[in-house]
Amino acid sequence: MLLQILLQAAEQSGAGLAVMGAGIGAGLAAIGAGLGIGRIGGSAMEGIARQPEAAGRIQTAMLIIAALIEAVALFAAVICLLISFKL
Amino acid sequence: MTPAYLTCFMSTPIRRFISFVFVTVFLISNPLRSLAQADHKSVAQEINAAEHELEHRLETNEEEFDIGEMIMHHIADSHEWEFAHGVVIPLPVILYSPDRGLEAFMSSNFHNTNHEYNGYHLEHGDSEKIVPADESRTVYDLSITKNVASMLLSALILVLIFGSVAKAYNSRKGSAPRGFQSAMEVLILFIRDEVVKPNIGPNYHKYLPYLLTLFFFVLVNNLLGLLPGGANVTGNIAVTLTLAVITFLIVHFNSNKHYWMHLVKPTGVPLALLPIMIPVEIVGVFMKPFSLMIRLFANMTAGHIILLSLFGLIFIFKSIFVAPVVSAFALFMNFIEIMVAFIQAFIFTLLSAMYIGSAIEDNHEADHSH
Repeated sequence: MLLQILLQAAEQSGAGLAVMGAGIGAGLAAIGAGLGIGRIGGSAMEGIARQPEAAGRIQTAMLIIAALIEAVALFAAVICLLISFKL
Repeated sequence: MTPAYLTCFMSTPIRRFISFVFVTVFLISNPLRSLAQADHKSVAQEINAAEHELEHRLETNEEEFDIGEMIMHHIADSHEWEFAHGVVIPLPVILYSPDRGLEAFMSSNFHNTNHEYNGYHLEHGDSEKIVPADESRTVYDLSITKNVASMLLSALILVLIFGSVAKAYNSRKGSAPRGFQSAMEVLILFIRDEVVKPNIGPNYHKYLPYLLTLFFFVLVNNLLGLLPGGANVTGNIAVTLTLAVITFLIVHFNSNKHYWMHLVKPTGVPLALLPIMIPVEIVGVFMKPFSLMIRLFANMTAGHIILLSLFGLIFIFKSIFVAPVVSAFALFMNFIEIMVAFIQAFIFTLLSAMYIGSAIEDNHEADHSH
């Protein structure tokens, strides 16, 4: 039912199915990045709570891994941008 | 908030009042800045509509606000540098063609009704492009565009900063650093001790100049892009491609036998898995600089798009009451973007150091100090 409404809206709005796909893809990529970086943050908090002296090293490692995960999410975002600008 | 030198002879209530004035002026000036951009939008659209009157029939006074076009206009490269409404600096256009040779002129010559000058036509698509009026000629565009001018500006800033830091070190040999030199020392020592030395190992002096230059180049360009009227240099995929290719070349010109042996025969892999591992390793060789390029480009461009979309929301809703809420949120996003600027410069440098380290590491017995 929801899918029918979505498809009809995409058809009638003139933007096309590809742009709707790009929008959904970007949203999914954001969910993926949020989940991944959220887990990293959680583990980092736990590690710092267990051993506060290691907070500096844990924080550095957390930032590095967050940037790597974010890069993958941004791959998806770039592809969605390419689709929506029809390149 | 107030400048430090004023706090010594000012009482606390006056300081608080002045801080309040600063914050209010800053919050109010954000929507005013966007209003200026929107003014220029409608003027530019009127000029475009006058020219292409055959295509655009409706000449209403209220032009529709095209947020996609505003965002692309601020992200993409351009042949003139626009700081604000009306403050536009035309930049030199340098063209090379095999039949006409080298031609140079200012891009303000294109400000006529057809955007045409001397047989060349300036196309305003998603990004500005100079095409010859005669389609058969090949023209190489070597102009000083907005991104090139911004890169030259950041190169000048880097030379000034590090020239003065080097001079300070030379003139104050052996004594403690003072002033700006000590601020730079924090960053330089952080990169040397936390990024370069652990990842590259004992031979790090050879690669330290490149990695320090890389870090500060990316950092200064990231920060300049965040200023109003700044150019989106590190969000240009050609720039990040060049930086990634330079890292790739350095890694492979300095790699030793162990690195190439890892490609064709990774250690600890049973022989049956080799047909799978070798293509994976070869793809990995090209994926690493590719991911460097995409990571920096996408982070910077996405950040700019977020900020521009937030300001564009004010004009989509056409209401001034949206402005304070959006400005506060955009202020918060601006701080996050500053943090992302530092983090992305650090990550690019760290990953380059790790790739260089993995290419020159000698033996497997000497483990990294974890």
